[in-house]
Formats: sequence, structure tokens, C-alpha cells
Amino acid sequence: MRVLKERERVWNVVGQRLPRVDGWAKVSGRAQYTDDLSLPGMLFGKLVRSTHAHAKLVSVRLERALQLPGVVAAITGRDVPVRYSVFPVGQDETALAVDKVRYVGEPVAALAAVDPYTAEEAARLVEVEYEPLPARMDLEEALRNPEPRIHEYGPFGNVHRLASLEFGDVEVGFAEADHVREDLFFYEGSTHAPLEPHSALAWWDPGARKLTLWTSHQGPHYLHRGLAKALGLEEHQVRVVVPAVGGGFGGKLDIFHHEVCAAKLSMLTGRPVKITLTREEVFYAHRGRHPELLRIRTGVKRDGRITAMHVEAYLDGGAYCSFGPATMLYAGTQQPVTYRIPHYRFQAVRVFTNKPPCGPKRGHGTPQARCALEVHLDKLSEELGLDPVELRLRNLTGPNELTVNWLEITSNGLRACIEKVVEASGWHERRGRLPYGRGLGFACSAYLTGAGGSIYYSDMPHSEVHLRVDRSGGVTVYTMATEIGQGSATAVATIVAEVLGLQPQDVSLVTSDTDLTPIDLGSYSSRVTLMVGNAAYEAACRVRDLLFEAVAERLQVPRSRLVARSRRIFDEANPQVGGSFAQAAQWAEARFGCLATSGSYRPPQKLGTYKGSGVGPSPAYTFSACVAEVQADPETGEVKVERVWVAHDIGRALNPVLVEGQVEGSVHMALGEALMEEQAFRKELHRGPSWLDYKVPTVYEMPEVITFLVETEEPRAPFSAKEVGQGPLLCVVPAILNAIADALKVRVDEVPATPERVLKALEEQRKGRTGRVGPTKVPPFSFPPPERVPRPQSWEEAAQPA
Amino acid sequence: MERVVRLRVNGQEHRVLVPPHRTLLEVLREDLGLVGTKHGCELGECGICTVLVDGEPALSCLLLAQELEGHEVTTVEGLATDGQLHPVQQAFVDSGALQCGYCTPAMVLVTKALLDRVPEPSGEQVREAVAGVFCRCTGYVKILEAVQAAARRLRETGRPSGCGS
Amino acid sequence: MLRLPAFQLLRPATVAEATRMLAELGPEAAPLAGGTDLLPKMKRRQLQPRYLVSLRGLRELRGWSGSPEQGLVLRAGCTLAEVAAQPAVRSAYRALAQAVAVCSNPILHRMGTLGGNLCLDTRCNYYDQTEHWREAVGWCMKAPGPHSPQEVPCRVAPGGGRCWAVSAGDGAPALIALGAKVRLVGARGERVLPLEDLYRDDGIRYLDKSPDELVVEVLLPPADGLRSTYRKVRRRGSLDFAALGVAAAVRQDPDGTVASCRLVLGGVASRPLVLEEAASLVVGRRLEGEVLEQVSQAVHRAVHPMDNTDFTVLYRRRTAPVHVRRALEALAS
Ligand SMILES: Cc1cc2nc3c(=O)[nH]c(=O)nc-3n(C[C@H](O)[C@H](O)[C@H](O)COP(=O)(O)OP(=O)(O)OC[C@H]3O[C@@H](n4cnc5c(N)ncnc54)[C@H](O)[C@@H]3O)c2cc1C
Ligand code: SF4
Ligand code: FES
Ligand code: FES
Repeated sequence: MRVLKERERVWNVVGQRLPRVDGWAKVSGRAQYTDDLSLPGMLFGKLVRSTHAHAKLVSVRLERALQLPGVVAAITGRDVPVRYSVFPVGQDETALAVDKVRYVGEPVAALAAVDPYTAEEAARLVEVEYEPLPARMDLEEALRNPEPRIHEYGPFGNVHRLASLEFGDVEVGFAEADHVREDLFFYEGSTHAPLEPHSALAWWDPGARKLTLWTSHQGPHYLHRGLAKALGLEEHQVRVVVPAVGGGFGGKLDIFHHEVCAAKLSMLTGRPVKITLTREEVFYAHRGRHPELLRIRTGVKRDGRITAMHVEAYLDGGAYCSFGPATMLYAGTQQPVTYRIPHYRFQAVRVFTNKPPCGPKRGHGTPQARCALEVHLDKLSEELGLDPVELRLRNLTGPNELTVNWLEITSNGLRACIEKVVEASGWHERRGRLPYGRGLGFACSAYLTGAGGSIYYSDMPHSEVHLRVDRSGGVTVYTMATEIGQGSATAVATIVAEVLGLQPQDVSLVTSDTDLTPIDLGSYSSRVTLMVGNAAYEAACRVRDLLFEAVAERLQVPRSRLVARSRRIFDEANPQVGGSFAQAAQWAEARFGCLATSGSYRPPQKLGTYKGSGVGPSPAYTFSACVAEVQADPETGEVKVERVWVAHDIGRALNPVLVEGQVEGSVHMALGEALMEEQAFRKELHRGPSWLDYKVPTVYEMPEVITFLVETEEPRAPFSAKEVGQGPLLCVVPAILNAIADALKVRVDEVPATPERVLKALEEQRKGRTGRVGPTKVPPFSFPPPERVPRPQSWEEAAQPA
Repeated sequence: MERVVRLRVNGQEHRVLVPPHRTLLEVLREDLGLVGTKHGCELGECGICTVLVDGEPALSCLLLAQELEGHEVTTVEGLATDGQLHPVQQAFVDSGALQCGYCTPAMVLVTKALLDRVPEPSGEQVREAVAGVFCRCTGYVKILEAVQAAARRLRETGRPSGCGS
Repeated sequence: MLRLPAFQLLRPATVAEATRMLAELGPEAAPLAGGTDLLPKMKRRQLQPRYLVSLRGLRELRGWSGSPEQGLVLRAGCTLAEVAAQPAVRSAYRALAQAVAVCSNPILHRMGTLGGNLCLDTRCNYYDQTEHWREAVGWCMKAPGPHSPQEVPCRVAPGGGRCWAVSAGDGAPALIALGAKVRLVGARGERVLPLEDLYRDDGIRYLDKSPDELVVEVLLPPADGLRSTYRKVRRRGSLDFAALGVAAAVRQDPDGTVASCRLVLGGVASRPLVLEEAASLVVGRRLEGEVLEQVSQAVHRAVHPMDNTDFTVLYRRRTAPVHVRRALEALAS
């Protein structure tokens, strides 16, 4: 990769509050989402879903459905028996259940009909015979009852994956501590609930023997691979195209049943087939936040310095692998990124249960453990008689250091973030002096700017960009980067525009089409701005080199004096000597022929070598700090979050409007997780797969959000731009919980902190018991002894007595 | 019974053959190709399918097309004129009040309806106006700002928000 | 997309014609007003009438008349938004204005009607679900799917032999507290009855009227110094149905002594729950101190919700007295 040497300049478009490039299309209603598309002869598909949480599939009979006039094709698991998954280690799903079902809502048959009414009617006519098996609906149940197993793989019983790692020696660390505290915390599952339901339109071209799938998805590359496998096609026979996406948040990253089924039905009928999920089905597609039980034990010196930490995480994975192996490891990776932990043990287990599979949701795997940790630290500070902010400050990581678990921190603006929110909220003046019922809470967090490892092993780049300049001066960027609302299109256009002296809307984008655009691994782990951004930067610099060379030659100006700005390329010393961008493009095309360049990006090699070290490394980390102010009603347990101050170390904001939008959206999602959203179950069924029953906060619950963007220099990021899509969510949830504790002097060690739970904690207190609700024990399970991982040299040196 | 229904949408008259159970949402999207109107539940919960009927917001997923004869329907496609965004739309773009954009057609329409009635809305009135439409991306912060920005713009330019519909 | 099942749509021009149609078609038909309750339920196949008799064309159901001094008449076809904006309602019948204002959300207000609100189907966690969900749970008595009601139990209280689905409309408790009556018109004539008598304590047959009878008018008595308020408990500030609705109306002497009081709860039983005992406790006294404590205890004794709405049963029982007390406190000040 070329060295980015342009950091000290004044930027033309970077950092400006410009409109997003897809704004016009979206606000005018012209943006096309998958369900907006239709093709001649298109059929409407429908999935038939299991009514049992765990059962042998005795038979699936399609005859009656097929007899209904208008039904063109129907399939069962036997027609699509190939197992697949995004994760190489977890090939455990089929597009339709084959011999057993593992959750209510799992698809067992699919059909296509000439119109949606017929498809819906035909679905009622599919006859399914089940032989029920006992269903395991939570962690405890699944661990207590190893038989019958939900899957035939995994170490034993219903255990899917295990991790047990130790960096340094926690026993030594705890022995050094003056004080040790242990806490339990439970984080309920929640789901992404994008407004746009998943939708896929498949078209098999029998002549070309090629499948095209338009789909509302955020990772077309992994889907491309998975589809080919599931359908028994060569990868080059599959083309995935992503139209506009109405929200993802991690919920559109897996290979979904309706995608494979639409494709298969199209292959069978030779006609295009569209399947759009209903809202209920979106709740079954899920892949959301894992319900997670955490136990944290921390040793501290009297002054608050951490000497050792032991984190145990129990993840309820639902019925399939999904991204679970990574989710599980993420539960342990980020703690040492915010705080220096000299000795650290992390143990985790992911368990199968008979619920829709859990997977990656905004913050992937880290919010649960972050929340537990930040609440735990709050209690620790109370015990030590330290201000909660002070406790954090005494343990803070800094820039350019290696964590005990071998993660490399480059830029680090956490301290500045803390200062911002502490000052703006009046923390020191107000905390502890507010009337009963009102409280302030604080928390910090860190997140990755892109996963350093790809999901399947390869030494190829993670992001590539093609860039074309034509003789009209038009610039087209080809990238698989998928715009899901987070602003990736604007980010890429901004970077290219900056380099070429254009405006973002001058840059045409061809995105997310596996035939037309070079690789990008997907819109997950907040990787696009940094990775695609770096690739785009490289491609743009390369084409600019060509343009400069041609202009220098034509106008006899030293190349080094040329600049690209205001849609011109000119001599900076003598600005009228130059040409329009289009003129420059023509000179360059005459000189070099077709103007097309490319760029690619590969993240740095990970430093850890232990098993599991692939999860956690990132080219750069972001940091956030939050203060939340709540008003709580001691008689009803109702909590209103009134104000939230969030500071986020963004590196540099390519476009502050979009960055603030991500912070505000994160606050909204965090608010839901903190107070009301639950992907919860009533016996074997989702409690309420609808907008009425699943409580996404409305405009009335939204607090005032005061955002601070903290800038740091990040050499690995394009124009220093780090992530913002996920990080700011993490600190908000625990800040709210800590604020409730400050307001009511009780602890809700469980999210969502519903009025019921708050009231229960108050009642416990009134009865003279500890004013707390939350888990009191961990499930019956013993972790294998941890793998001892040597600490980085820097830590060993620090441990040497001076 | 199927019936030919005369529907006025965005100032244009359409004649569509519809059975009684066909909703306005289905007719707009599937018969008239006006796919700017989105859907997110079809049960009256999310507000994403909002259109204006005689200038007031209504959920197209709960309206029977046959019952709409004689009413004027406005969809997001009816707002921009000659490639010029309606001031409300412009305010949404300028304020960054959209991310995935899926709620945007509905948000823009409820805003237009509000500002047609109340040129200088209070914060509470703005919240009330957008409360019927869910947004999962923005946390509503910039949406509330955009509504106020649109109100200012309309007051300053004196351009009636009604034009273009 | 969820689709409606097929049905025939009838569009009568008068109330008389509508009731005749309803009488002829019998239980296979349902009146369609705003459709905001009926149509989602049909999409989820909770209800599948073969005929819908649209009330939208009925001019007789539009508008209002009267005044706070003479009594107010609100016709059933008024939308909730119209009711909430009606000046007399806002000034003299505040509980009603507040109740409709916290119904659903502002878009639904413009679609839903007062008549539909009063005839709103009862609600239950096991009933207000999609067809697939209800099939998976094994159906229930109120919507037995392919079975007959006798064959499937209630999922909330399986042994009870009845349905406990909840009356969750916001309008009814407020109007009952305000002493409203309704005028029903059927194929065989019309009758006026106190609104509370419209409701039955049965989640399935929750209205005491024949299928051909339409609610045409709500009659509010002269306000005559009545002060009223409505509080609603729900998880979010918009959209959600009431897990508890509290309507309170009092008439006070100049010194604050209560001359009469009505307390009605929504969301806790299959019909709006009129709290006779609790209301009688405040009569002749002022709304303060010990009385409010006694009222709280009476409310606690009277409220026995089932586990079929949002919030736990325990929570709803614990907090109902708090909300009743707060409603009365609001009227005291
Ligand atoms: C998302 C959502 C949230 C909601 N939240 C609330 C809430 O918080 N509070 C609340 O009270 N309601 C709520 N509702 C329900 C509903 O919107 C209102 O109660 C509305 O007032 C119903 O009126 P309608 O005209 O739409 O009824 P319709 O759906 O047309 O009818 C409802 C029922 O009444 C019958 N009916 C209608 N009119 C008459 C009449 N004149 N005579 C006899 N029978 C009649 C119909 O046959 C049907 O059985 C909500 C609905 C939705 C979709
Ligand atoms: S109370 Fe019982 S019978 Fe009635 S709807 Fe609920 S589960 Fe069904
Ligand atoms: S689609 Fe959700 S309200 Fe109409
Ligand atoms: S912008 Fe995505 S739902 Fe509002």
C-alpha cells in the first residue's frame, strides 16, 4: 500500500457537512430496494415455517399445495440438502430443514406461484408431520440436558464452541490485589429490526447457466460463496447484486433461507422468483444479539489500578452457528483495549438452544461484556470510594501500545473523550447532588475499525476498488462496499473526490455487484470506511498520478506543483495554468490510453498466535465515552433517559453529518437494549414477532443527544477516518444502567432494565435485602483449563521491578 | 367483486381493476408501479406505508383501494416537481435526516402534511407528527431538525408547501 | 407482504340499509369503519368475515352536536383525531380528549373512528399474533383455527372455560367515567344504554349487542362541573395499547369535597372495570392523604389481571393503585 502523505493539508470535501450522495434518490422515493423490483414473468415465493421448536421432520407433503391452480413449483429440504454457513467451521444450515427442525419459524418448504395471494394460500396447504423432541429454550436448560442433542457436532451435549484463554497469570494478579470483586450480569437478546424486511429476487438464466440474485444484504461476497455451495453451482455461475438496503445492523449478513430458496425455485421454473419476508419472518431470520450471562472478577490495588481480571461468558446461541464463533470470542477481546489489565483470563461457551440463531448485531459480541464490565467497574469504584471516572482514568490505555491479548492500539482518544463528556455533563458538580430519582451514569468503550481477519482464511486483499476516468471527465468507482444506510457510498465518494479535486456527487458509484465490482468482504465490523477507503484512496492516487503526468507534459509545468481542486488540475504557483478535470482526462487518455486504475487493501498481520487470536485485531480502534442522565420513578420503576452526552474518537470525520447520525442512531439502538427491547420467548415461541410487541423506542423515548467528535491522527486510516457505526452504542447501555443506580440506589444487573425489574430491585431494598435484580448463579458448567498465552514483551518488561 | 376504480394519485387519474381486498399499498406498488411507498409490516404498526389522502397522512396498508374513489392520494413521487426537490425533501437531505432511506418517503410526507397545517410547529407538534412513522437508523434527532429546517425554509421562501402535489 | 383474505365489500348509503344488510348476512358480516382494528386482524386471519359492510359512506355517522351545557353528542363515524380536536371535548370532557390523544399514534387517529374504538376487539398475547404463530401455539378458544372453540383451551387459564382477552380500548373507560350513553340502531329498532352496559365480561362475546346493531352515537351528559382525567400505562409513548388505562371523573364542592366520583380501568379485564368501592370511598371527602391510601388498597383488591398483555401481572397489580392515586391527585390540584 502506498504511504499516505497528505495529512496536514486543508481539505476540500473531507470534513465538510455535505449532503450524502444517495440523498436525492432516497428522499425522492426513486431509490430501488429489492422488493421494489420485478421482472417479466416473475413468480412470488413463500416459505413454510416450522410450528415446532424441536422436532423430527417425519414428512413434508407438497401434493395439495401443488394442486392449487397458480402454484408453479414447491420444494422441501431434500431439494436443497447442502449444508452451508458463512463460517467455515459451522456448516450446519440447510435452506430448508432436512430431517429435523430446531426452532419455531425454521423453514421446511418453499413454493412459488403466479401471484402472492396464491403463494400464501398454497403455503397453508403444505402438510408437515412432526415428531416433537424436548425443546431447550435457554442456556441453563440446554446445559442441564445434554440429550437429545440439538446438533450432532460440537464438543459435547449442547455446547457449540468453547474458549479458555489466559494472558499472564491471573492467580498472581489476584494475589497482588488489595481488593477483589465479582459480579454477575445478564444481557437479554435483541434483534436488528431493520425497517425494510429481507427480500430476494432470483433469476436463473438457463441459456447462460447463470444465477442472478438481487437481495437486501450487507455481505454480498460471503453470500456469493454460500449460494454457489448451497446450489451446487460454480461460483462464477452466481451473481449477487445488492440494490438499496433499508437497514442492516448485522441482520442481513448471513446466507438466508429465502435467498437460497428463491434461487432454487428460479432454477426449477426458469422464471424469476421473488421472496420478501413478512415482519414476523424477519424476527425468525434474526441473527441478533446473543442472550449472554457474564461473570466478571477483578482485582484492584487500593488506588484502583487493576491487577487481574477474569471474564466468563455464557452465550445462548440459538439453533445454528451463524457468526457465533466470532461472537463468542468478541466477548473477551475488547476489555483490554480500554483498560490496562496485566493478567487476564477469558473463558466462554456458546450453547445451542431451540430459538432462531443469534449472530452479529451492531457491536457484534462486545456490548454484552462491555455492559457487564462497565457496571462492574462502577460498583468497584463505589467500594473503593473512588469517583467512577477516576477509576477508569487510572487504568486507561494510551496510544501506540499492545494489549495483554496482543491487540495493537494505534491512535487512542479515549482520555479526550472522557474529558469531553465529563465536562459537558457537569459530572463533577452534579453527580451525587441530584435529587432522589435523578441520576448520572458514566461508561467507556472501544470498538474495531474493521476485523483484521477475514471469515475464511486467505492472504488476498479484503477490499479492492476499480476506478475509471472517461474522456468526459466522468469518474466511476466500482466497489462491492455495500451501502446499508451507514454512509459507505458517501465515504468512498468523498475520499475519491478529495484526491481528484472533485465534489462527492461528481463520483459515480457502481456498488455491490459481484460481477461488476471487485471484492469487498462486506459491511460488517465497521470495516468499510477504512478498508474500502484505503483501496479507493490508492486507486484515486494512481489515476491522479496519470492525470498529473499528462498535464505536466502538456503544459510544461513541474509535476510537483500540480494540484487537483475545484474540478481543475492546475499549477498551484500559477493557477490559471491548468485545465478542467475533463481536459486533463483527455490529455491523459491520449497519453496513456484507457484510464482505469485499481487499489486494494489488506489489514496488517495479527500479532497474536494463540487459538482465537484471529478475532479482535483491527487496523485501528475507536473509543467512546458516555454520560447519561435519567429520571426514574420510584413508584412505578419507569425510567426516562433525558440526556446523553457521547464523545467518540473518530480519527477524522469524513463527513460530520453522517458521523453524528451514526452516533444518534447508536444511542437509539442502545436505548432500546437498555430499557425495552427483548427477543424473548413464551414457552417455545417468540413472544411477539411484531412492531407492537417488540419494543423499539419511539421518538418519545429518545433523549437529547449531545455528540462530541474527538479527532486523532490515525496513520492506518484514509484521512485518519475511523469507524463510528458501532462503537458509540457500546458505552450508552451501561451508562444508562449506572445512571439508574445513581438515581435510585439500586442495581439492575440485567438488561433490558424494564420498569418491572427496577421496581423489583426497589422492593428487595425495601425488604432490607440488597437492592438488586439480576442473575445470582452461573449454569452448571466447568470450563477446561485455560490455554496459557505468553504476554507481549512490553508487559513482561513493565512487570519487572524497577 | 372486482371493480374498476378511478384513483387520483399525484394529480393523475388512474383506472384500475381491483378486488375489494386489495389495499391502496398494493395498488400503488403493484398496479401503478409507484414503489416509492414502502412497507414494513402491513398491519398498521410501523407507518412506513404512509401516503397523504386529501392532504392528511394515512396508512396505505389499511386502506381499501375501492374506498378511495374521489379522494386525492399523494405519494412521495408526487412531491418533487421537474426534478426539483420539494423544500421538505431538500431539508431532509441537507440535515442528514436519512440513512437507509426506507422510512424517508413516509417521513417526508408526514412533514409536508404538518407544515401545510402548521407553518411554525412547536417541538411537541413535530414529535407528534413523526411519531406515527418508525425510523431504525437516525434516532430521530436529525429528522426533528429537518422538519424545523423545512419549516423555516418554507416560511422564508413563502413557497406554499402544497405545490408539487 | 401480508394480504387480506378475499371478502365482499358492501357500501350502504344509510344506517338503515347497513343494519338491514348486517341482519341478512348474519355473523358472516362485519361493519367496517376505519378498519384499523379489523383489517390487521383479517390479515392475521384472526377474523375472516366474508362480507364487510362499509360505514364510510354514512353521513348519519359524521359530526357532532350539542354542547357541554346541554350534553354533547358525538357520532360514531367521527375519527379519533376529530374527537380529540373537538373544542367541547377538550374543555369539558378532558378524560376523553386525553384518552384519544394517547390512543395508538397520530396517523391512526385520523383513520380510526369512535365507533370502532368502542367496539374494538378484545386483546390477548395469544390472540393478537399471526396465523403461523397461533397455529404453533395450538390455537386458542377465541380463535380456534380449524377446530371448534370447545376443542381448544384458553392458553392463559386453560381450566377456566372462558376467554380472558382484555378490553384495551382507551375511549371506553374515559367515556364510562364521564357517564356516557350509546345509541344503538339495529334492523329492528334502536335503543340507548349506558356505555358500560355495552360490555360483557367475556373475551369472546365482549359486546352486549346483536351483530346487526350499530353504535351510532355517543351521548355525553352535561358536563356540569365534572372534572376528569385519563392516564395510560404502556411501554412507549406512542403506538402501544394500554396495559392499564385509568379514567377518573369527579364533581367537587367549592371546598374540594367530592360530591361524586367515577373510576374506570381499561386493560385489566375483558370489559372496562368500573371501580365502585374505590370511587365511593372518596365521596364526601377531599382528595388527599389517607383517603388516597384507602383508595389504593381498594384498587389493589379489585384488580386481578391475567397474564395476557404487556408487563407482568405482578407489576400491573402493584402499579394500578399508584396510577389511580395519581389520577385523583391530578384532579385535586
Ligand atoms: C398499531 C395499532 C395501535 C393501536 N393502538 C390503540 C390504542 O392505543 N388504543 C386504542 O383504543 N386503540 C388502538 N388501536 C385500535 C384502533 O386503531 C382504534 O381503537 C380505532 O379507534 C378503531 O376504530 P376503527 O374505526 O378503525 O375500527 P374498525 O377496525 O373499523 O372496527 C373495529 C371493530 O368495531 C366494529 N365496528 C366499527 N364501527 C362500528 C359501529 N359503528 N358499530 C358497531 N360496530 C362497529 C367493527 O366491525 C370491528 O369489529 C390500535 C390499532 C393499531 C393498528
Ligand atoms: S384469553 Fe385465552 S381464549 Fe382468550 S384470546 Fe387469550 S388465550 Fe385465547
Ligand atoms: S406497512 Fe407498516 S403501517 Fe403500513
Ligand atoms: S433512515 Fe433507515 S429507517 Fe429511517
